[in-house]
Amino acid sequence: MFGKLSLEAIPTHDPIIMTTITGIVLGGLALVAAITYFKKWGYLWNEWVTSVDHKKLGIMYFIVALVMLLRGFADAIMMRSQLAMASAGAEGFLPPSHYDQIFTAHGVIMIFFVAMPMVIGLMNLVVPLQIGARDVAFPFLNNLSFWLFAAGVILVNVSLFAGEFAKTGWLAYAPLSGLDYSPGVGVDYWIWALQISGIGTTLTGINFFVTILKMRTKGMTLFRMPIFTWTSLCANVLIIASFPILTATIALLTLDRYLGMNFFTTDLGGNMMMYVNLIWAWGHPEVYILILPAFGVFSEVIATFARKRLFGYGTMVWATVAITVLSFIVWLHHFFTMGAGANVNAFFGIMTMIIAIPTGVKIFNWLFTMYRGRIEFTSPVLWTLGFIITFSLGGMTGVMLSIPAANFVLHNSLFVIAHFHNVIIGGVVFGMLAGLTYWFPKAFGFTLNEKWGKRSFWCWLVGFYVAFVPLYVLSFFGAVRRMQSYDNGDWQPLMIVAWVGALIIAAGIACTLIQFYVSIRDRKQNQDVTGDPWDARTLEWATSSPAPFYNFAHLPDINGIDDYWAKKENNGGKPPLSEGPYQDIHMPKNTWEGPVLGGLSTAFGFALVWHIWWLAIVSGIGMFVVFLARVFREDVDYYVPAAEVERIEREHRQRVERDVQPSSSYASQAGGQA
Amino acid sequence: MSTDTLSNHGDHAHEHDHHDAAGTKVFGFWVYLMSDLIIFGSLFATYAVLLRGTADGPTPADIVDLPLILISTFLLLVSSFTYGMAVLAMNADQVNKVKAWLAVTFLLGAGFIGLELYEFHHLIHLGFGPDRSAFLSAFFTLVGTHGLHVTFGLIWILVMLVQLQKKGLTDMTRPRIMCLSLFWHFLDIVWICVFSFVYLMGAL
Repeated sequence: MFGKLSLEAIPTHDPIIMTTITGIVLGGLALVAAITYFKKWGYLWNEWVTSVDHKKLGIMYFIVALVMLLRGFADAIMMRSQLAMASAGAEGFLPPSHYDQIFTAHGVIMIFFVAMPMVIGLMNLVVPLQIGARDVAFPFLNNLSFWLFAAGVILVNVSLFAGEFAKTGWLAYAPLSGLDYSPGVGVDYWIWALQISGIGTTLTGINFFVTILKMRTKGMTLFRMPIFTWTSLCANVLIIASFPILTATIALLTLDRYLGMNFFTTDLGGNMMMYVNLIWAWGHPEVYILILPAFGVFSEVIATFARKRLFGYGTMVWATVAITVLSFIVWLHHFFTMGAGANVNAFFGIMTMIIAIPTGVKIFNWLFTMYRGRIEFTSPVLWTLGFIITFSLGGMTGVMLSIPAANFVLHNSLFVIAHFHNVIIGGVVFGMLAGLTYWFPKAFGFTLNEKWGKRSFWCWLVGFYVAFVPLYVLSFFGAVRRMQSYDNGDWQPLMIVAWVGALIIAAGIACTLIQFYVSIRDRKQNQDVTGDPWDARTLEWATSSPAPFYNFAHLPDINGIDDYWAKKENNGGKPPLSEGPYQDIHMPKNTWEGPVLGGLSTAFGFALVWHIWWLAIVSGIGMFVVFLARVFREDVDYYVPAAEVERIEREHRQRVERDVQPSSSYASQAGGQA
Repeated sequence: MSTDTLSNHGDHAHEHDHHDAAGTKVFGFWVYLMSDLIIFGSLFATYAVLLRGTADGPTPADIVDLPLILISTFLLLVSSFTYGMAVLAMNADQVNKVKAWLAVTFLLGAGFIGLELYEFHHLIHLGFGPDRSAFLSAFFTLVGTHGLHVTFGLIWILVMLVQLQKKGLTDMTRPRIMCLSLFWHFLDIVWICVFSFVYLMGAL
């Protein structure tokens, strides 16, 4: 009836997990009770769960990402605490089987369920606005993508309650992830969480690629697009071209585990090296899917707050394109030591080093944008400056790793851990937090508190260096990654320093949470009345904050890069407001099919993890039926009447005219510069 | 081009600042096909790597039945032609002809799948199942993934037949017939590669 699932799957023997489960269950019950008490279920369903509005989907991606950041960080702090204790024969508090699950879950969660949804969430929120579109090309698919992603999130979290998670490392190398060496359900959770959410990501990639190529407003040629849109375009090309490889690779591992095939087994002709090649042929482009949009955020932030046009727009675009192409021919640098031979290693080493060139171009572009700019040191700018320094250091250790001879020494050591946290925290995390602060008013209509934002930045920056520089040092003493304890007591002081660094980062996360609380409390004072709180340059600031659900009353007409800035200058420094007459606006309707398909795919994944075949069949058929229902539905869109558009636009106009004083910041600054 | 035929039909009442929705759909479907092609690319690469991993079991030459594959290849190629006839009928607004050609395409595709099932059943019966060796795993997975796609296309044809019956040729059904057309021809091209790499080269 329940396949391999029984009550014994609940890890009652482990107090850490049971405490966590109790906390999550109580928290979940409190949330459900609160929603019921305030009668918000209908609101949630109608306004959020079934919404096809790209801005709301972006917000939902970000909320899930922040929740999962707490989960992933809890794993991190446990690992650091364990290694601060388990020195010179001490065992610490985490047995190896638990520790192995934790480092696997940490990597999987941080990449797939924190970094990816932050990147995709920002793309959702910003890209359609930046290109002057009313929605994405396929709004239903956009909703479906989110719910497939959510299904993956649920499966990863369920693995905490029932059974176990993979103990294989975040990429589940074969043959360790094969049935012989991982007979439990951990790898199966990994498989289905990633497979389902990965299909959602592929759909997102197709959706945004088509959106950017087909839905741009009049005059928005490719070389007038904001840089964030360009980097998103390239990231989506990478998604379209690389995620199918992940889908295929996971499918092959699935066949090995479920149907006894021999792709990656040690006998009957299987080839485990092929797994490593396939997974990194996806995995290396993946890191650029994460970092390119972060580059885009920094470009927008630095141009806005230096009050200058971005230096070298063209080179920025071509550097992005060059990185996109090169990212596909470097994957082997993840396993130089596996015996591909000197010539192959040399090729991939050189290709890897070449990536540093377009990246360096970008760094100089940002520096020259700041040069002689009137930089305003807001928290997004602080994140950008922290990024430029930290990411450059991480890039240099990356070039060190790209030298095959050096790699033989550094491989599998803490150096690798320090390097990729150097670029992922210093690049992706800083970028996403900068983007969160920068675009928050566009999503919610008020700005975030700067004081707590800056505190968060300093904690993250200092915490990062305190946590990871010791790992670089330890790696030279021979400390390897993925070890649960170590014999050499001399390493312990630096391990304790790294633990302190993790605590400082924890303080940074706490600052962000306090920042949300304080900002929501003071939202009246921090209101963004004009829709353009930073006096910015690109099109998303040309509409009100929060943007109306149709984005633009009239689709804008574009004459050049930073066209919105030019329009403000021609208008005496003030943002031009929309004028009537208005027309009916064609919009997509909400969809119940997306969330239902997400729910059914969660059940489908869970059933396959535990071999509950009847449930897999029922949910599989259910998905097919729901999909058919969608296919036969014809009332998928509607028209917003012109009168309704006029009412919304008039209210915005009245608010601006009532609340904005002539001496407000943007008027004086832009006027002064003109 | 497909998009041109599509944009001739349609409700122009709300054309203002509204995009060519049918064209966007077909373009999006093209992009999906390209990503699907990468799945096939991965499986072809896997097959090439595991070709020699026969584990003392059968080699490609032992399992290839060229006459059978020739028949199924012709079934699929002809079905692409008949699908083309369905699209021509759609452009001439002859809904009954569209349905008839789709039905013929369905039968040819079903014949192809029938032969593939026979081939798989025969191999498994001989003890040459996908768990016998890495080579056979790769063979069954590559050929079977194509077969699964064709099966999905068959289901799609059935759905389109129902929709054409209920709704006729509308702004909703036309782009779908075009997308299914792309899908069907795409599977034909993938099959040419499977036929060449797996069967013809295997028979050598």
